[in-house]
Amino acid sequence: MSSKKKNTAFKPTKKDLQKFYYDMLLIRRFEEKAGQLYGMGLIGGFCHLYIGQEAVVTGIQTAQLPQDSVITTYRDHAHMLACDMDPKGIMAELTGRIGGYSHGKGGSMHMFSRDKNFYGGHGIVGASTALGTGLAFSHQYKNDGGVCVAYMGDGSANQGQVAECYNMAALWKLPVLYVIENNKYGMGTSCARHAAGTLYKRGEGFGIPGEQVDGMDVLKVREAAEQALDYVRSGNGPYILEVMTYRYRGHSMSDPAKYRTKEELEEQKENDPIEKVKKLLMKEGVSEADLKKVDKDIREIVKEAAEFAQESPEPDESELWTDVLVAAQ
Amino acid sequence: MPIDILMPALSPTMEEGKLAKWIKKEGDSVSAGDVIAEIETDKATMEVEAVDEGIIGKIVIAEGTENVKVNECIAILLEEGESKDAINDNDVPAPKAKKSKASKEDAAAAVSQSDASQPEGEEIKDRDILYAQGHVLPPEPFDEASFMADTVNQTVREALRDGMAEEMRRNGNVFLMGEEVAEYQGAYKVSQGLLEEFGPKRIIDTPITEHGFAGIGAGAAFRGLNPIVEFMTMNFAMQAIDHIINSAAKTLYMAGGQLGCPIVFRGPNGAAARVGAQHSQCYASWYGHIPGLKVVSPWNAADAKGLMKAAIRDPNPVLILENEIMYGQSFDVPTSEDFVLPIGRAKIEREGKDVTLVAYSIMVGKSLQAAEELAEMGIDAEVINLRTIRPIDRWTIIESVKKTNRIVSVEESWPFAGIGSEIAALVNEHAFDYLDAPVARVCAKDVPLPYAANLEKLAIPQVHDIIEAAKKVCYK
Ligand SMILES: Cc1ncc(C[n+]2csc(CCOP(=O)(O)OP(=O)(O)O)c2C)c(N)n1
Ligand SMILES: [Mg+2]
Repeated sequence: MSSKKKNTAFKPTKKDLQKFYYDMLLIRRFEEKAGQLYGMGLIGGFCHLYIGQEAVVTGIQTAQLPQDSVITTYRDHAHMLACDMDPKGIMAELTGRIGGYSHGKGGSMHMFSRDKNFYGGHGIVGASTALGTGLAFSHQYKNDGGVCVAYMGDGSANQGQVAECYNMAALWKLPVLYVIENNKYGMGTSCARHAAGTLYKRGEGFGIPGEQVDGMDVLKVREAAEQALDYVRSGNGPYILEVMTYRYRGHSMSDPAKYRTKEELEEQKENDPIEKVKKLLMKEGVSEADLKKVDKDIREIVKEAAEFAQESPEPDESELWTDVLVAAQ
Repeated sequence: MPIDILMPALSPTMEEGKLAKWIKKEGDSVSAGDVIAEIETDKATMEVEAVDEGIIGKIVIAEGTENVKVNECIAILLEEGESKDAINDNDVPAPKAKKSKASKEDAAAAVSQSDASQPEGEEIKDRDILYAQGHVLPPEPFDEASFMADTVNQTVREALRDGMAEEMRRNGNVFLMGEEVAEYQGAYKVSQGLLEEFGPKRIIDTPITEHGFAGIGAGAAFRGLNPIVEFMTMNFAMQAIDHIINSAAKTLYMAGGQLGCPIVFRGPNGAAARVGAQHSQCYASWYGHIPGLKVVSPWNAADAKGLMKAAIRDPNPVLILENEIMYGQSFDVPTSEDFVLPIGRAKIEREGKDVTLVAYSIMVGKSLQAAEELAEMGIDAEVINLRTIRPIDRWTIIESVKKTNRIVSVEESWPFAGIGSEIAALVNEHAFDYLDAPVARVCAKDVPLPYAANLEKLAIPQVHDIIEAAKKVCYK
């Protein structure tokens, strides 16, 4: 049982790099398409895109074991793709169609897949942290060797229930990896204006170790995630990863993002996580043409998802009344 | 094939906007994510990003154009190697959202179907759906008398505990968490002895963090555990109400039936004695308001045990609104472990023909006392013990009103949007022609609960208030 994290650098194979590239590009192209469908009026309400943050979920998910569970906030499309959920079912939920994961009754912020161990998709800031701590409780109760990866934003980290759960998770040594996706803003309020101190250090008082990770570098995220998951899975209790990242788009589709400068955005884009892996792949001898082919395949998948999401009919009107309660046996 | 670039919407309500500026010009090559133009509405300015890569073949809408409709083609993108000739000027229709007739099976191919869905076109048989649609259905049949043949005298407190213990023996996924439930044996001693039998893995003392542990309970239920979350009193559950409503009650619906939350939230509700305004509130109408929740409120010890067992077995989130003053009172309770009361079924505690008194929790006892006194005045009152707040037993209430033609609702909540308001609406909708007098409500006075003994008594409904209301609707 390792109670201290080892410091072994993650050395990616070519295959690892190819997987990172594929997974991150799928998220980016999916989100671009979602943005486009939103622009066409096919997606309603809120739609929170993940563009720029791809390395976070990719680095962490690829370090997980199949029995691990995942839960996140409303910025959830990427987490579902990373959990291997079907892009068609996700996109069709965005358009509010019967083919969506929730048959159109959940929307962009509310999708679930028990098969893929993905537990939503939650719209109330802070709630997914408590629910994720409960998922971890169930892993411990059933002694199934699973860890819950519970994502939150930098803004959510301020919620009282987050501190409540740090306390209980540490007290009961629950197998939960808290991931703070620090994209520097909670809506329009920058971290400097909303958070005192350093977010991962908020676990210290409870005896929860944590660290900050460069979230624009999937290799660094993967390395940190492997070690953190190992620590948690070994029965040491929770761990906090504060992953420093950036969202290129507004908070949701209707946010013109006037609270930050163009220069700031451009500077972040220079540090793009997908471009970085692309360079590494080319060093490994992968040709520009091969990479183009990957992009083409992904575009095809996303295109099919978008078509499905438009062709799938709206839910039957009778669906209004279903799924309110489970029929008691 | 040339690709149309369309005027995007900034929000679902935007219909048109100004094409403020072109960042790219004809002949420029773009890749996905590049900003190509800026658009403006009265609310915001936003950048339009390219979704595909290619070369801007033609700018269709010039910059500075106002009132450009959403989804109008603003430019045409050529794929690599494609010539401008590929653009057919007559061929720039704005694609509409396609509504195809793909079957439900095809569409949902990748997605597992919901467990509880209503087959299209068939007659609705699902009771929950019929209930939601406002129908008055006869409650599930239940032979309570047969269970009453073999009983033991118990306090409400013991009955609640035994109900939990029996279900915990039956199902290893049931566990109890809350403040002081384990080592202290329960703040009100409801969980007395459970730690000894089930150990600390299943009887769990929590810190004083209602919001957090309600969320942990709901999350554990998502993965198939059956938590019983005890609130020291329901007053403190206001800190946790977000998880009760947003996480526990709504998830099944939001998940299209894929993922439910089989959890019990319970604790003493309503006024105790002389504990002041913050510790004395009835939450029946708060939780009764929420689709996706079931809410029960036992009066006596048999109710307590039978409803506790039903709540734990139910695959949905269930609230049990108990009452501290009732904890120490004793009643006969069936000994059979199969005594599980159906949720949604009220009980006629006293039959009568002149007026219906409908109550829940501690007010059932007060209504029965009132009925005794009314009998001496020659008024024969029927007393209904609701047992379930949601789904309320519309049938039993309506059938009783059809017989007595008069109804008084009795509750410890405030009048505004209370359970009595709901009953008044129900009778109005389904038994209006049977009424010989307006529906009367006996509620708490519309003030925070005072501490002074005399004022507290005035604020909470008393037996004589019920008698007065019953006499009034009987015009006596
Ligand atoms: C309890 C609650 N308060 C407010 C909101 C509205 N809201 C939605 S997202 C958001 C910002 C959250 O920021 P952060 O946690 O940093 O996540 P990000 O959007 O950056 O991924 C706010 C205030 C909400 N959904 N829930
Ligand atoms: Mg943020």
